[in-house]
Amino acid sequence: MEKRISELRQEIADALSKAKDTAILSGIHSRYLSKKGEISSLMQGLGKLSKEERPAAGQLINQFRDWAEATLKEKEGALKEAELAARYKKEAIDVTLPGTLRPTGSLHPISLVRAELTQAFMGLGFSVVESPEVELEHYCFTALNVPPGHPSRDRQDTFYMGETDEVLLRPHTSPGQIRTMEKQKPPLKVVVPGRVFRSDDDTSHTPMFHQMEGLVVDKNLNLCDLHGLLDVLAKAMFDEHVHIRFRPSFFPFTEPSVEVDVSCFVCDGKGCGLCKSTGWIEILGAGVVHRKVLAGCGIDPDEYSGLAFGVGLERVAMLKYGIGNIQILYDNDLRMLGQFHS
Amino acid sequence: MLLPLSWLKEYVNVDGIAVEEIQRKLFSCGFEVEEITYPGGEISRVVVGKITEVQKHPNADTLVVCKLDCGEKFGRDIQIVTGAKNVSAGDVVPVALDGAILHGGVKINKGQLRGEVSDGMLCSGEELGIDDGWYTGAGVDGIMILSPEDRPGTYVKELLGLGEPVFDISVTANRPDCQCILGMAREVAAAFALPFTPPGLDYKTTGTDTGLKVSVLDAQLCPRYVGHAVEDVKIAPSPEFIRRRLILCGINAINNIVDLTNYILLELGQPMHAFDQRQVAGNEIIVRRASTGEKIVTLDEREFTLNPDNLLICDGVKAVALAGIMGGLNSEIKDDTTGVVLESAKFERANIRRSARALGQSSDSSKRFEKGVDEYTTGLAIERALHLIDKYGYGRVTATHRDVWANPDKKNPAISSTVPAINTVLGIEVPAGEIVDILRRLSFEVEVNGQAITATAPPYREDVEGTPDLAEEVIRVYGFEHIKPTMMAGAVITPGSMSREQKLAVKLKSAVMAQGFFETIHYSFYSPRDLDMFGLPEDAPERDAVAIANPISDHYTIMRRTLAPSLLHTVARNTKRGVAAGRLYELAGSYTPVAGEKLPVETPLLCLAAFGAEESYLALKGGLEQIGLAMGLCLTFEKDENLPGLHPGVSAKVLLNGKEIGWIGQLSYKAGESFEIQKPVYLAELKADKILSAAPAQPRFKPLPAFLEVTRDLALVAEETVTNGQIEMVIRAACPAVGQIRLFDIYRGVQVGPKKKSMAYTLTFIPTDKALSPEAVDEMVKAVLGALGDQLGVTIR
Repeated sequence: MEKRISELRQEIADALSKAKDTAILSGIHSRYLSKKGEISSLMQGLGKLSKEERPAAGQLINQFRDWAEATLKEKEGALKEAELAARYKKEAIDVTLPGTLRPTGSLHPISLVRAELTQAFMGLGFSVVESPEVELEHYCFTALNVPPGHPSRDRQDTFYMGETDEVLLRPHTSPGQIRTMEKQKPPLKVVVPGRVFRSDDDTSHTPMFHQMEGLVVDKNLNLCDLHGLLDVLAKAMFDEHVHIRFRPSFFPFTEPSVEVDVSCFVCDGKGCGLCKSTGWIEILGAGVVHRKVLAGCGIDPDEYSGLAFGVGLERVAMLKYGIGNIQILYDNDLRMLGQFHS
Repeated sequence: MLLPLSWLKEYVNVDGIAVEEIQRKLFSCGFEVEEITYPGGEISRVVVGKITEVQKHPNADTLVVCKLDCGEKFGRDIQIVTGAKNVSAGDVVPVALDGAILHGGVKINKGQLRGEVSDGMLCSGEELGIDDGWYTGAGVDGIMILSPEDRPGTYVKELLGLGEPVFDISVTANRPDCQCILGMAREVAAAFALPFTPPGLDYKTTGTDTGLKVSVLDAQLCPRYVGHAVEDVKIAPSPEFIRRRLILCGINAINNIVDLTNYILLELGQPMHAFDQRQVAGNEIIVRRASTGEKIVTLDEREFTLNPDNLLICDGVKAVALAGIMGGLNSEIKDDTTGVVLESAKFERANIRRSARALGQSSDSSKRFEKGVDEYTTGLAIERALHLIDKYGYGRVTATHRDVWANPDKKNPAISSTVPAINTVLGIEVPAGEIVDILRRLSFEVEVNGQAITATAPPYREDVEGTPDLAEEVIRVYGFEHIKPTMMAGAVITPGSMSREQKLAVKLKSAVMAQGFFETIHYSFYSPRDLDMFGLPEDAPERDAVAIANPISDHYTIMRRTLAPSLLHTVARNTKRGVAAGRLYELAGSYTPVAGEKLPVETPLLCLAAFGAEESYLALKGGLEQIGLAMGLCLTFEKDENLPGLHPGVSAKVLLNGKEIGWIGQLSYKAGESFEIQKPVYLAELKADKILSAAPAQPRFKPLPAFLEVTRDLALVAEETVTNGQIEMVIRAACPAVGQIRLFDIYRGVQVGPKKKSMAYTLTFIPTDKALSPEAVDEMVKAVLGALGDQLGVTIR
């Protein structure tokens, strides 16, 4: 028995040393360790032995089986490692090959600016309001304290829908102020983004462009509040380091009116090509809503005051993204559009 | 407007203040100095020289060699070769020395001319950028001859008064009173708290009256008309300083009377006119509307046929001027004019504007009236003009003064305000004393009573109505730098928000962009020609568009009701530039006219376009389906061979809940040709408002099935004409338990038979309250196959 075990031990050792893959290993396993395998046969051979010899022989066989199983398992482990290594090696690729793209589109730069600004203002408690683009003269001019005969009403500057001056393409988003105040009583905070139209088409003007109007009506508002509000706007538009300054200006629908400059975000106010060495860039017009405008909308100007501003989104987009020519924005070249993933 | 420094100094002593400081101060007061120029300032190293000797050039017949005395500093033996014929020994001339710079930056260097050394150049007036208007004699053909008194070595720039700073100032529309030298001088004086010297207005008269009659027949169009007669006028050049000031402001000097009217226009902002007394028939001036068909020839020899909207200045028999726009040729000032009727009037700005536009005739005068002239200045101007006539001896001022003034008692209202009210607008505490001081510096009449302030704006200001205006006046002089940011401490907190539709529009854009589409923005208008190119028939509803009455070009005449042509132009532009593939979209308003309504209905459209090798109808349709899913909606498609602009075999209606909301398809080859797009383009347009109103504002969770779903593959055989859409519809109707229906293969071939196709589907059956047994699924498949057979003749393979 011992001899037979020793022979088998040698056989297994030889077979294992020659085994090159796990398939051969499972052959070895079935030959020696399966129910009908050599070691099972040894067990069955115990019956031929005397009662006295059986325990010792059984123990030997069991020890041998344990050895065989452990050895096989060890070999199997080694072979599996090797096989995995080979597989990894075989499956290796040039990891620098071009990736497979599932492209997504993106917003037009004007929409991107619009989205950023409306987000910033919603955070300050503003609602986003839309207002007609084909609009009545009343909302575009009269209600905004623009007198009859004012140049902005001129047919050279504004698109009209008929021979009378009653219906036109809004030349600014300010009619949105009036429509809001007619519908909603103060306190109110709205921004009105959208398309506007003026009869101008050259290298720095397009006959359609975008503005965003802002309006706050409440008690006790003043120029300092307007400054604070527009400071937030400027920081949202460009960079949190910028600041703004006011200078006197004139709009029929605000009094006082201001022109708002932002400190140059390229040179930090030191003077560069963008700010024409002034350190400042003109970005928008604003002011305290004219008392006549409030009163015309049924809001008591002695009780309430209003702050308003209007910003050109193209201008912001051009400054922010370094676009030198407004026509580029309306050219819709995919190579341009593809640069504005947000 | 242009403001020469010397003219400013006549009214405010700004000696010792740098021009940059004036610029800065004006800027902070609301007057942007866009540029400071120094006309002639570039000229350097040009000095006075006295010619001591002129000799023939040894080697050239047309040249002479001059010796000059240019003073101690520059040399008393300067040699210059010149071709000019008008110089001789003893003449005093401008000499450009070696290294000199002339008008326009021209450099002069020492050199040799035909072997003779020339230390520089003798200058003509033109080379110094001046003419007779600037310096009498500068216009001569040849070298400019200076006065024999001029000392050699003197710099010519200083001698000729060149290089004076001129401010170019932009003035806002509410301040017409500052569109003149005097107005800016008042502002400078107020800004620097310097005294303002009022203009000289006094004059002597002959005491006689010519008997001139002035009548104004339309006081609304001419609220004030002042006429004054001047006798014994001698037409001559104006004094040099007047000519130079006009030139610095871009106006040619003509003669003393014409220059005077221009001078007053620049100085006081009041357009004036001078009529030749001889041509004022009947010694009478009538201001009236033109009659229909009446004609006038203006100074520039243009003839106009008028109507009652045009205002005329007439004499006893004829029209002599187009009021406020231009004088008539018939009453022009001539060299032999001896009597003049001066006009200073206010004409209504809107009427001048309308007339000037309608007639296509404008002038400095009409442009000024369009900005707004005040009646106070109308009176000031005539006095100022007479003062200058008297002072500089242009003629003798008569006592003939006619002032037809409809409303001489009109005054600016006294504005009652308070210090706190002004400071409430500003949000800061400007001291009461400071407020009063600023308003007084701006020539307001101010009464103070404790905190109460009563302020009356000066008569030339028509823009001041209430406390906010006073606050603006105060802060622009006090300085906007005092305004400090605050965050609406007094305001009520409001919830910032977007509407349901706005939020869904943002979501819709995200869903579209997730499918690879880039947003484009196009003009809201195009022309009917774009609709022709797309292939819309004559009776297409999109042609009933809102039209622009005064389009900027014939490319932009109607408002869009479909976005497709805009996107197609963009596809064409991109492909022409070599962009091989792309997905584009636009979400924008359409404008639908409504009968009986003034305003059209504006609703958003979503248009998609895809081009490139990997695009197909199904790729775009899949994109749309995915967008629909993202919005929580199920879009369905129905074949439609009659969609304009599209391939009849590859186009469909898009439906939402059974209602048509748009279309999809391949661009027709004809339209492709029109837009010059060679490769296929796939297009879709949907009524975005229908999507936004139907889309759920937020997702709603459906419990997951408790039992496993069961799938079955079915290989069907159908006639070639049977569509996938029909098969899906029949399957769904036959078995409500069917979830997904996935067509995974289509096969045509001999095994299937002619005009037939095999379509392989995977159906998913969804259990509801209990697990599906194989037998139950068999039953359902049987029902599906039965319905397919009955309704579409479809069999199992």
